[in-house]
Amino acid sequence: MSEFLRQYLTVAIFGGAAILMVALMLGVGRLVRPTRPQGQKYLNYECGVDPVGSGWSQSHVRYYIFALLFVMFDVEAVFIFPWAVRLDAMAVFGLVEMTIFIVVLALGLLYAWRKGVLRWI
Amino acid sequence: MGDPLYAHGIDLAVVLITILKVILTFLFLLLGVLLYIWWERKFISDLQNRIGPDRAGPHGILQSLADGIKVFFKEDLAPTEADRRVYRLAPYLAAVPAFSAFAIIPIGDKISIAGHQTYLQLADPPIGILFLLAMSSIAVYGVFLAGWSSGSKYPLLGSVRASAQMISYEAAMSLAVATAVLATGSLSTRAIFVHQSVWNWNLWQLGVVPFGIYMVAATAEVNRPPFDLVEAEQELVGGYMTEYAGVRFALYYLAEFMNTITVSAVAVTLFLGGPSGPHINFLPALWPVVWFFLKLFAFVSFYVWLRATLPRLRYDQLMDLGWKRLIPLALYWLLLIAALRVGDDAHWPWGVNHGALNAITVVAAAAGAGVVFFGGLGAAIRVGAKRVEEETARAGGVRA
Repeated sequence: MSEFLRQYLTVAIFGGAAILMVALMLGVGRLVRPTRPQGQKYLNYECGVDPVGSGWSQSHVRYYIFALLFVMFDVEAVFIFPWAVRLDAMAVFGLVEMTIFIVVLALGLLYAWRKGVLRWI
Repeated sequence: MGDPLYAHGIDLAVVLITILKVILTFLFLLLGVLLYIWWERKFISDLQNRIGPDRAGPHGILQSLADGIKVFFKEDLAPTEADRRVYRLAPYLAAVPAFSAFAIIPIGDKISIAGHQTYLQLADPPIGILFLLAMSSIAVYGVFLAGWSSGSKYPLLGSVRASAQMISYEAAMSLAVATAVLATGSLSTRAIFVHQSVWNWNLWQLGVVPFGIYMVAATAEVNRPPFDLVEAEQELVGGYMTEYAGVRFALYYLAEFMNTITVSAVAVTLFLGGPSGPHINFLPALWPVVWFFLKLFAFVSFYVWLRATLPRLRYDQLMDLGWKRLIPLALYWLLLIAALRVGDDAHWPWGVNHGALNAITVVAAAAGAGVVFFGGLGAAIRVGAKRVEEETARAGGVRA
């Protein structure tokens, strides 16, 4: 195993330990807690009143639009981080390049803004 | 580069030290959460002129331990409407990333145990800060799937709200983090902390604004007040975890507090110089840890203060703040710092001290360029709005 990979070893061990930890807590809970089944206990709580209709309601499409916008900015972050690490090597070229990229992106955001996508009613 | 512990292969001692570090980190996180919950309740009681928990242990310090034990003895109720597999998976997806994210935080300097040198930091992978962003993205699944799998109305509403809020502010947060990366030229959290010296923090060097953006975005990211719309009791009962009971409910609570501690620790690392502080000759390995915890404590207390002071935002205000203020500002500041850095290296004649981005230059450059940038943005929006009005008038008052 190379030194590069060994740095991740601890992260992997820690992640595994975290999963074990959660499983352990749930396991201990299972051992010590009481179980006294009763029909009404397994109804949805919701707001304390007996639920009416199905819980699988539709939600506003606006949430979905924001998720799409987020994808745009997350992909942008994919480009920005390597650029930020190597900026001193690319100097002026890198700066101009990223400025153009961000301006194009900002135009996209501006367009969405003008179209009223960002307005939450 | 990287933890010197792994530089010369792996033997038994290395494995034991790794296990010791893992156990210590777990202990720290769990104890930290217990004490933080107590401190939050006690501090907010003081701010609201009441006493708070005072029964379990001196000053009620064992209160959260007592609550934690109680929760293990509660019956586990899963509603029959729930999608059982996802319902059981979701707490893992919330708690495991919350634990893991802390792995990359540097707590202190190099120490040596049994002839091996190691950092007081669980792991220092080259991707460092990206790991944190990845973990906070996975945490969104924990929240979303919890609400979705409950098969109940309010949890579902709470979870779509939560995920829209978390991803919106994640965009702004990663841009603020990128600004700090830009100053260092490395993603490793240790390199970022070493780059800052005793008082010469990124906070000043980057001109305070990225720090502000990070703080606002991180508060929203972990659903702390004033951004706790996710669990607005008056509207959504308990939010995405309404249908959870017993240990599973406690896991969400645990994850939330661990996330608060982690984002505070990241703020300390990125902007406040991490464990760096005045050098003291007496026990030199101890003091960085002390500085780190003092800074961390200031941050977690700040969150309690925010909770006691600010009313909750409305959802449209929240979205406006994220998309219309923070993201444009973060993009703009990123380019500004990049320009200052490139100009610094190329000796452009605007009088930046070589090798340092100092606050005065940053603020001066920002004021000038900001007026142009936001003025242009505002003008564009006004022109656009006017045109829409004209078109509406032409169409006989009917808006397209």
